[in-house]
Amino acid sequence: MQKRFDGGPEIKRWLAGAMVFIVLAFVGSSADPYFISLMTIVLLFTFLGQSWNLMLGIGGQLSIGHALFVGLGAYSVGVLYVKYGISPWIGLFLGMIIAGSVGAALAWLSFRFEVRGIYFALLTIAAAEFARIMFSGWEFVGAMQGLFFPAPTGAIEFSMLRGGARFYYFVALALAALGIIGTELISRSYLGYVWRAMRDDEPAARALGVRTFRHKILVISVSAAAAAAGGGVLGLVQGSIFPDSIMGMGLSVDVLIGPVVGGLGTTFGPLIGSLAAIPLNHLMSAIGDNLRIPGLNNIAYGIVLILVVWFLPDGIWPAIVRLCKAIQAPSRLWLPHLRKAEE
Amino acid sequence: MLSLWLNVLASGILLGLVYGLVALGLTIIFGVMRVVNFAHGEMVVFGVYIGYWAVRLWDAPIIVAAAIAAVVMFFFGYLLEALIVKRFVNRPHHYQFIVFIGLSLLFSGVLLVAFGPDPRPSASLLSFRTVSLGFVTLDLARLQAAITAGVLIALLGVYLRFSSLGRALRAAADNRLGGLVVGLNIPRVYAVTFGIGAACAGVAGALISPLFDAQPYLAVDFTLLAFVTVIVGGLGSFSGALLGGLVIGVAEAIAALMFTPSMKTALPYALLIIILIFRPRGFFGAKEI
Repeated sequence: MQKRFDGGPEIKRWLAGAMVFIVLAFVGSSADPYFISLMTIVLLFTFLGQSWNLMLGIGGQLSIGHALFVGLGAYSVGVLYVKYGISPWIGLFLGMIIAGSVGAALAWLSFRFEVRGIYFALLTIAAAEFARIMFSGWEFVGAMQGLFFPAPTGAIEFSMLRGGARFYYFVALALAALGIIGTELISRSYLGYVWRAMRDDEPAARALGVRTFRHKILVISVSAAAAAAGGGVLGLVQGSIFPDSIMGMGLSVDVLIGPVVGGLGTTFGPLIGSLAAIPLNHLMSAIGDNLRIPGLNNIAYGIVLILVVWFLPDGIWPAIVRLCKAIQAPSRLWLPHLRKAEE
Repeated sequence: MLSLWLNVLASGILLGLVYGLVALGLTIIFGVMRVVNFAHGEMVVFGVYIGYWAVRLWDAPIIVAAAIAAVVMFFFGYLLEALIVKRFVNRPHHYQFIVFIGLSLLFSGVLLVAFGPDPRPSASLLSFRTVSLGFVTLDLARLQAAITAGVLIALLGVYLRFSSLGRALRAAADNRLGGLVVGLNIPRVYAVTFGIGAACAGVAGALISPLFDAQPYLAVDFTLLAFVTVIVGGLGSFSGALLGGLVIGVAEAIAALMFTPSMKTALPYALLIIILIFRPRGFFGAKEI
């Protein structure tokens, strides 16, 4: 089992989670538009990070090409809405089915002959790049010119999932909450136990009668479907869909930075990680643009990523938890062996 | 018609040898250290810039530029491993991924700051000259690059097989613990490995500098191309990298002749998926990864 850093009894954790979301809801109803749109992206990447984390943290399969599923979701919503005026709800549903099937096909292709680990991870990148290039040349979906949603009128249309920035903030908030609750529920269900067993020791799980081949396909297709839902909303929020930004390698990286930086296998990790990484990236880009030095943001962001993985190997959230515990019982700070014994 | 096909095939094979050299760098690093260098493309682009400046400043022949790139990139790789990468060798792949993405952002940022985002066409006149051999007419820059790459691959193969350091490298790749038991200096072996891998990428970059415009954004394409090449050939396999490079080079050349440009970039990936259906671990993939 992965260590649980969240600590505390059950009810306390649910309460803490509820508090966080109430605070975030207040933020959404009062803050200024720029902040709202930044937070919307943060929350969406929290959800995408959760979907990625389901695959690695619970299913034990590393994907570094999650942009494939995100892009499929965004394009399903985009094509149906922009070309045919069909509600994004149906687009989201269709996108989840398409991405789930593609994920399952990819998993089948790879796990048939026990190809796994880093090989599978490289395959996910290759598949995402293949899709990106195909979509870049496919006139029907806008090719390199992309797809544009009509400008929002500001009126909230729930059935068409259209509204202003504040509306999308709450959509993203709901999605992030759904992601956290969903991950919790899945990890406690029968499937959660089976998938964790499979992650920790595949031969042993198989010896106990788990059909690991099917379950690996299942966990990947569930994760892919969730990523597609996030991608569909991301497309709506951004108002446009370009193959390079929605299916590019940069997006795959952004998806997994949240959970890894925040703390893998923790409930709040993806939120904290996205909260730290995305505004930082925006800030660096703004500074680089202001000084008219392209590339400055890359340097700063790159260095920060290396330093975080170097000095906070478990991520930010476990470090915060440890700090809080240390404040409660200061002796832990200078008696680290006590802490070790406890863990 | 036949001569057109022969020409395309020849130019594909020539570029394929250079791709093979890029992939070899990646596969050596992976084979010995079990680390995937996601900043490999940036190292190729460093080589391209070294080639660009060597030609621009001293009008150096491409072989000299390649030698400079080899030395510079070897020490660069050696130091990078000794200072940063070694701390992450035993960490799970996704942490390594983040570290290497950080490095690749850092490197591409440095290139952007130093040279700007605009492509710089090579000053070398080499790419305009051709050699005619009966049916086929070869581009001199490609021919030189391919011969140099081929000779280097062969030398590297001999070196890994027969030198004592080469044996140490292969021993560390086979069994790290065993290597430690018999007294291998594993940290040094790893640093040398990373240096050799970076040098392969750098030399390949310098060799193709007359063919490609020097540009920081080339890096992602080279990283992905190297991935596809090593997966096709089999991750961690020496001959696999070479064969993968040739396959990808020829496939790209044929695709450029038959399809639209966007299909040309998509073809290596399509090929990868087809190959994985039949040979899931690539041509020479190891049984256990």
